[in-house]
Amino acid sequence: MRDVAIVSVAQSHHRRSAEELNEVEMIQPVIRAALDGVGASISDIDFTCSGSSDYLAGQAFSFVMTLDAVGAWPPIVESHVEMDGAWALYEAWLKIQTGAADTAFVYSYSKASPGDLPRVMSRMLDPYYAGPLWPDSVAYAGLQARAMLDAGVTTERRMAEVAHRNREAARNNPNAQVVGSPSVDELLATPMLSDPLRVHDCPPISDGGVAVVLAAGDRARDWAERPAWIRGIDHRIDGHQPGARDLTSAPSVALAAQRAGVDGSFDVAEVHAPFTHQEQLVLDGLGLGDDVDVNPSGGALAANPMMAAGLIRLGEVATRIMDGSAGRGVAHATAGHLLQQNLVCVLEGGD
Amino acid sequence: MTADDRGDRSISTLPEGLWTQPTPSVPVDLGDDPVRRQVVPASMRYDYTPGLASTRFLRGLAEKRFLGERCPETGEVYIPPRGVSPVSGLPTTEQVEVGPKATITSFCVVHIGFGFNAPPTPFVSALFLPDGAAVSLYGTMGEVSHDQVRIGMRVEPVWVDDDQLTESMENIRYWRPIDEPDVPAEQLKGHM
Repeated sequence: MRDVAIVSVAQSHHRRSAEELNEVEMIQPVIRAALDGVGASISDIDFTCSGSSDYLAGQAFSFVMTLDAVGAWPPIVESHVEMDGAWALYEAWLKIQTGAADTAFVYSYSKASPGDLPRVMSRMLDPYYAGPLWPDSVAYAGLQARAMLDAGVTTERRMAEVAHRNREAARNNPNAQVVGSPSVDELLATPMLSDPLRVHDCPPISDGGVAVVLAAGDRARDWAERPAWIRGIDHRIDGHQPGARDLTSAPSVALAAQRAGVDGSFDVAEVHAPFTHQEQLVLDGLGLGDDVDVNPSGGALAANPMMAAGLIRLGEVATRIMDGSAGRGVAHATAGHLLQQNLVCVLEGGD
Repeated sequence: MTADDRGDRSISTLPEGLWTQPTPSVPVDLGDDPVRRQVVPASMRYDYTPGLASTRFLRGLAEKRFLGERCPETGEVYIPPRGVSPVSGLPTTEQVEVGPKATITSFCVVHIGFGFNAPPTPFVSALFLPDGAAVSLYGTMGEVSHDQVRIGMRVEPVWVDDDQLTESMENIRYWRPIDEPDVPAEQLKGHM
C-alpha cells in the first residue's frame, strides 16, 4: 500500500440558503482555498473527483458546471460520484494506490435550498413500492428512532443530549450553521415533529461544500508539515430495503471499522449521524472508548450540506491532525437512508 | 413462450441467453394479463437560483443587451457568464457588454423539427459568436434561405416586442443576416 495523506482542507461557511449564488459561485472559493492551502494549481493535480447530485438543486449536470471552478483546461483527468464526497475521496485514494496518480483533488457540495429536501430524499427509495408513497426523510428516520427506543437502545433524553453536545461544540466551529443549544430539559419540553423526533433531533438543511487535497509519500511531506495519513479506509453497505434490515444496529459500520483498522485509542472521532439517534449506532459500530472527543465540530447536527457532510468529517479530523491538536483520529461518513451505507477512515500524524 | 420473449423487449439475443437459470420454485404463471407497466406520476418543484453573474446576464437580456464577464487571467469574455472562468477557475470580476452583432461559427440545416417553438422546416440552427465574446450562443436563423447560410456570416438578433421582454433567452426570436463582409474562418479559430 502507498502512504497517502490529506494535506489540505477547506469548507464553506454553511448556511440555510446561499440563494444569491449558483453552485459554481458557491464552491469556487472553497476549491481555491484548498488548492492555495498547499500552493498548488490544478496542473499539479493528477486526478480530480467530485461528489454531488442533480436532484438537490434540480440542475442537470451540476457537476459539469462546477468543474468550471477547477479550471479544467487543458482537459484534466476527472471523475464524479453521485455520492457523498467521502466516496469521491475513496475513489481518489484508490487511483493513487494503483500508481496512476500521486496527487488528487476531491470536492463535494450541494445546494439543497432550491428544492424541498425531505421530499427530494424520497427519490433514493425504490421507485416501485416506497417511492410512489413519497415518505419524507424525517418521517423515515422516525421509524428507526422508534425502533431503537422500543428496543431500549436509546432514550429520548440521550437523543437530546446528543443534540445539545454537538451544537454546543459547534460554538468553536466557524463554519457551523446551527450553533449553541438550549438545555436538555428544555429540548425535551419541545413538541414532536415526527414522533419520536423533535426539531433538535434533525439536521439542518444546508447549502455548502468542502474540498480536500490528497498526496502520496514525499509529495505529501513537501506539501504539508504534518500530513494526515490515511492508515485505513473501507466502506460497506447494508440492504436497500429498510424492511429487510434491523434498524437498531448498523452492521456495515462495524464491518467497515474493522476493515479500516479501527482499534486502539483515538484522540478524535468525527461521525456523520444526521439524526441524533444515529450517533449512538455509529459509535457502537466503531467500538470507540469513552475517552474519545466525539464531533468537536458539531457534526452533521451543526451543518449538513448533502453530499459534503461526510467528507467534511474526514476533513475535520485531518485538520486537527495537521494543526497538531490530534495525533490519531477516526472519521465516518454515511449515505442513503437510515445509515444504509458507511465509510470509515483512520487518520494519523507522524511520518 | 420462453421467459425472454414474453415481455415487450428482448432480454438477450445470445444463444440460450448464454447463461442458464435455475428453475424457479414458484411456478411462473403470469396469466393472460401480466403486469407490464406501473404508472407513477412524480414531480418536484425547484426555485431557480441563477447566481450573481447569470442574474446580471438575464437582466441584460431584458434590456436587449448581452452582458458577458471577463477571465482575469486570459482576458477572454464568457457568455452566458456563470461567475467563474472555466479556463482559470478564477472568479470573473469585470462585466463586458458584447454583441449584439455576431458571427456564425457553425450551423445545421434542420429538416425534421423537434421540440417546442421549432420554426417551420427546413430551418437553420446555428452558433452565434457575439462580437467581443469568446464563446457562442445557440439560436435559429430567420429572414434567409437555408442554403444561403454559411460559417463566417455576419448576423444580428431580432428581439421580441419591447412589451414581451423578460429575463429569458426567448427574448431573441431569431437571428438574421446583416450587410457586412464575412469573417474569414481562420479568425474564428478557437471559437468554433
